[in-house]
Amino acid sequence: MKQEKQNSSAAVPIMDAEAIRRALRRIAHEIIEGNPAPDKVVLAGIPSRGVEIAQRVAAFIREIEEIDIETGIIDVAMHRDDVGMRPELPVVHASKLPAPLEERTVIIVDDVLFTGRTARAAMDAINSFGRPTRIQLAVLIDRGHRELPIRPDYVGKNLPTATRQQIQVRLQETDNEADAVWLERQG
Amino acid sequence: MTTRWTRKDLLGLRELSADQINFVLETADAFKEVGTRQIKKVPALRGKTLVNFFVEPSTRTRTSFELAAFRLSADVINISASDSSLTKGETLKDTARNLEALHADILVLRHGSAGAPQFLASRLKASVINAGDGAHEHPTQALLDLYTIRERRGKIDGLHVAIIGDILFSRVARSNIFGLLKLGARVTLVGPSTLVSREFEKLGVEVSYKIDDVLPKVDVVNLLRIQHERQRREYFPGLGEYTRLFGLTKERAKLLKPDCLIMHPGPINRGVEIDSDVADGVQSVILDQVTNGLAVRMAVLFLCGGISTE
Repeated sequence: MKQEKQNSSAAVPIMDAEAIRRALRRIAHEIIEGNPAPDKVVLAGIPSRGVEIAQRVAAFIREIEEIDIETGIIDVAMHRDDVGMRPELPVVHASKLPAPLEERTVIIVDDVLFTGRTARAAMDAINSFGRPTRIQLAVLIDRGHRELPIRPDYVGKNLPTATRQQIQVRLQETDNEADAVWLERQG
Repeated sequence: MTTRWTRKDLLGLRELSADQINFVLETADAFKEVGTRQIKKVPALRGKTLVNFFVEPSTRTRTSFELAAFRLSADVINISASDSSLTKGETLKDTARNLEALHADILVLRHGSAGAPQFLASRLKASVINAGDGAHEHPTQALLDLYTIRERRGKIDGLHVAIIGDILFSRVARSNIFGLLKLGARVTLVGPSTLVSREFEKLGVEVSYKIDDVLPKVDVVNLLRIQHERQRREYFPGLGEYTRLFGLTKERAKLLKPDCLIMHPGPINRGVEIDSDVADGVQSVILDQVTNGLAVRMAVLFLCGGISTE
């Protein structure tokens, strides 16, 4: 997901700013529906775009229900299962979650769900902070190709892809580009 | 931050760029947070074996590395000089090759000879972390000092740091000098002329023999212990004389700016280089250094031990 879309002529637009806005607003509605006690919910974004998406969903929930949902940051780099297998390490960030997590629902928020390994690492990280009642998963894009028994609870868009293709999510706050999702073929 | 870490070894700060030093400090921020969790342990180095190989005695550095490794889920073996085969005439290289034959992934080495970690790093596939080599470098100590200054003052660039005491025999001083200068600090070395040579000015630092002139100007004082064990002959008349001329006594501490940080790598000799009340005073960050040392060592082990060396 690091490749620049400018270098590729095969990039196909999948979502524009308005489509992203509608998808996140729908997720906000679904979270409210699925959680009768929204004050117990924590939206925990995975850096860096997941953190921004969590902020936006929280803003929609505030707009719709006039309640403030707590947000947090859950960094997965030190919980990944491929440390020592890559020539380059992921950058680690500090995680930030409210304490205690007991009696709460933590919703992991990320931009793209692919193999499920990041979500697994996020669950592992959350458990080191405490034992929430429930952990859920919200993603903007589900592109398939799961390698673990993990499924999302809230999905912005289901997008069947080939493994060789790449999904590029661009958000104003994290990428300094207009909100968009692109699909491109690698190489 | 676009820096990516690609080093398997940490041998000294002289070889690191300012960006790389900052990268370690930022990584340490993330690991410091782990220490505040309910479960203070992450699986980052699960399945890796770390050997603490301390040919020179040390309790605090070895314990800090050991705890850092535990918190990263690595397995740890401690070997000290007395129970290693070095006493039976085995060479350092052979000892290390035996450790590697046991599939040790990370070797934390403290050794009395400068360059010993470098020697092994170039011969072993395992990561080598220098935990102090002779009077050469002690990179993780300097990194935790930098981390503590940055945490307390928000920056390092533009600060004036005095390093006071036995500079000649101090690897802590050397690593601090390299790190502080790279990050933009001004450094003044203070101590008896026998232990603080004008030669050090070549590194880009200032040298002063008048502690009372320096203390009112600086933002940080880093006091070093007199290394009795590393001195082959007396470099000053006695400890009482040292305290009178260079010790941070209660009276001298009054010369410091109110926000000046007082640091010491430990173990402190109360009443020699630092007055007991000053060591426990509000300006002292000596125990912060110990806590931060754990986060910094977790970061170093994660970075050096986590990359693929295949």
